Amino acid sequence: MSSVAREWREIPGRYNLEGSKCGCCGQVYFPRRDFCPKCRRDGIGKVSPYKIDRSGEIFSFSIVYESPECNSFLKPYAVALVKTGDGALVAGQLVDVDLEKISIGMPVRAVLRKLDADGASGVIHYGFKFAPAL
Amino acid sequence: MREVAVIGVGATKFGELWEKSFRSLGLEAGMKAMEDANLSGSEVDGLFIGNMSAGRFINQQHIDALIADYSGMATNHIPATRVEAGGASGGVAFRQGVMAVASGMHDVVLVGGAEKMTDLDDTSINHIMDSTADAEWEAGMGLTLASLHAMIARRLIHEGVATREEIASVAVNSHFHGELNPGAQFRKAVPIETVLRSGPVADPLGVFDCAPISDGAAAVVLCPLSEAKRYTDRYVKVSAVAQASDTLALFQRRDITRFGATAAAAERAYAAAGISASDISVAEVHDDYTVSGILALQDLGICARGEAGKAFLSGATRVGSGKVAVNTSGGLKARGYPIGAAGVAQIAEITEQLRGTADKRQVKDARYGLAQSVGGTGSAVTVSILEAV
Repeated sequence: MSSVAREWREIPGRYNLEGSKCGCCGQVYFPRRDFCPKCRRDGIGKVSPYKIDRSGEIFSFSIVYESPECNSFLKPYAVALVKTGDGALVAGQLVDVDLEKISIGMPVRAVLRKLDADGASGVIHYGFKFAPAL
Repeated sequence: MREVAVIGVGATKFGELWEKSFRSLGLEAGMKAMEDANLSGSEVDGLFIGNMSAGRFINQQHIDALIADYSGMATNHIPATRVEAGGASGGVAFRQGVMAVASGMHDVVLVGGAEKMTDLDDTSINHIMDSTADAEWEAGMGLTLASLHAMIARRLIHEGVATREEIASVAVNSHFHGELNPGAQFRKAVPIETVLRSGPVADPLGVFDCAPISDGAAAVVLCPLSEAKRYTDRYVKVSAVAQASDTLALFQRRDITRFGATAAAAERAYAAAGISASDISVAEVHDDYTVSGILALQDLGICARGEAGKAFLSGATRVGSGKVAVNTSGGLKARGYPIGAAGVAQIAEITEQLRGTADKRQVKDARYGLAQSVGGTGSAVTVSILEAV
C-alpha cells in the first residue's frame, strides 16, 4: 500500500522513463538524481531532466515463480535488466514474450502497463515494462 | 586505538522456533555469551544489536530498549543501540561494538543480533526481504531479491565465470557442514541433484539456492585485548573490521558479476590486519543465495575469478579438505538466516574455530578467520578478520 502522493511524484520516471543527465560529465542516470555522484559539487545546478532511450537489449533476466502478493496473478513472470541505447541499465518486467524464448542480447522496448493496485478501491500503479522490439 | 578481543560467544538454535519470542531469543543468546565470557553482566557498559526489521516482522520498533530491558542491562542504564543494514545488520553491529571498545569509549561491550521472522507468512516475509533492494525501482517494479541474485547467476554463467552446477554446489557445501552443527536449522547433507531439481524460485535459482526463513539470535562479548585474560583464557583477537558501501540498486552498476563493496572491504581488512587472502584458513561468507558464495570467494581474493565455483564443486571448501574451509557453521543456507543474527553468528563461529571449540567441524591449526556479511545485492558489506592468540 502506498500513498497517492508517492505514486504521483514518480510519474515522470514511471511513465516516461525520465531520468537525469549531468551537464558537467554527460553521465545519464535513471531514476532521476539531483546530484551527480561523479562530479559532486562541480555538477550542482547542472543536472537536468533527461528521457532515457526507451529501447535497448536484455542484459540479464530471470523468471519469477515466488512473487509478491500484488503479482501473484502473473506468476510465473519474467524480469530483466535492460541496457538502453544510451548505456543506462534499467530494471523492469518483461511482457508479451514467450518465457522459453528470452535470451541475453534480445532487443526490447519500454511499454506502459499496470504494475499493481492497492486493493479493490485503492490507487492503481502504472509504469513501464519491457516487450520484445518489433 | 586499543586492540580488541572477543571473550565470549553464544547463539540460539536457528530455525522455525514457534515457541520462542523475539525477546526470549535475544536473552538466550546474550546469556550464553555472558556465561562463555565468565561475566556476571554488571561489567557490560555498552550494547549493540543487529536487527533488520522487527518493525515489520513483529510490529516492534525500539528493540534497543527491549533487549536492554529483558537482558537486565537497563537496570544499569547502559546505552543500547540498534543497527540496521539489511542483511549486513549483524556485521555492522559487530563493527560498531569493536569501534566502541577500540576508541576507549566502552570497556566491555555485548554485541547481539536477532530476528524473529516466522510469525508472518512466507509471502509477507519475502516482501520485507525485497525492501533491502531499491524499494521504488527494483521491488516496486516487480523484481524480487531472489530474481536480482538470479540475474547475477545468469550473467556469471553467460560470461563463463561459473557453471550452474558450480553455483548449486555452494548449497551442497553449506549443508555438508550444517550436518555437523547442532545449532543448525538443516542438519542434513544433500547431493547436488537435490539442489538442481528443487522447485524454481527465480530461474535459474531454485528453493535450495536460497537461504531459509529463520528465527534466531547470536551474541558476542568484546573487551580490550589487554584486559581479556582477566575474564577468560579462551579469547581471540579482532585483527580487522572493515565496511564498504555500493549503490542501493543492482542496476546502477556496470558489472554485476562482482560486488565492489566486498572487494573494497576485504582490501581494507587485509591491510589493517597486515595479512593477505592467502593467510585465511576459515571463512564464513554470506550465502543468502548460492550465487553469493561464488561472488564472495572471488571478491575476497580467496579464489581467482572463475575458480570459486570449482573450489565448491570439488569439495575443497569443506573442513579438512582444502586450504580454506568455507561456512563450517552451515552458512546462511543450512545454519539458517535470521537476518540480523547472521553476521554476529558468523563471528561466533570463527571465534569457536580459532580457539579450538568447533567440535566435529574444527579446522586444524587455523590462525586467521574471516567473516563477510552482505546487505541487499552487495550494497553494504563488512569483512572482519579474527586471529587466534
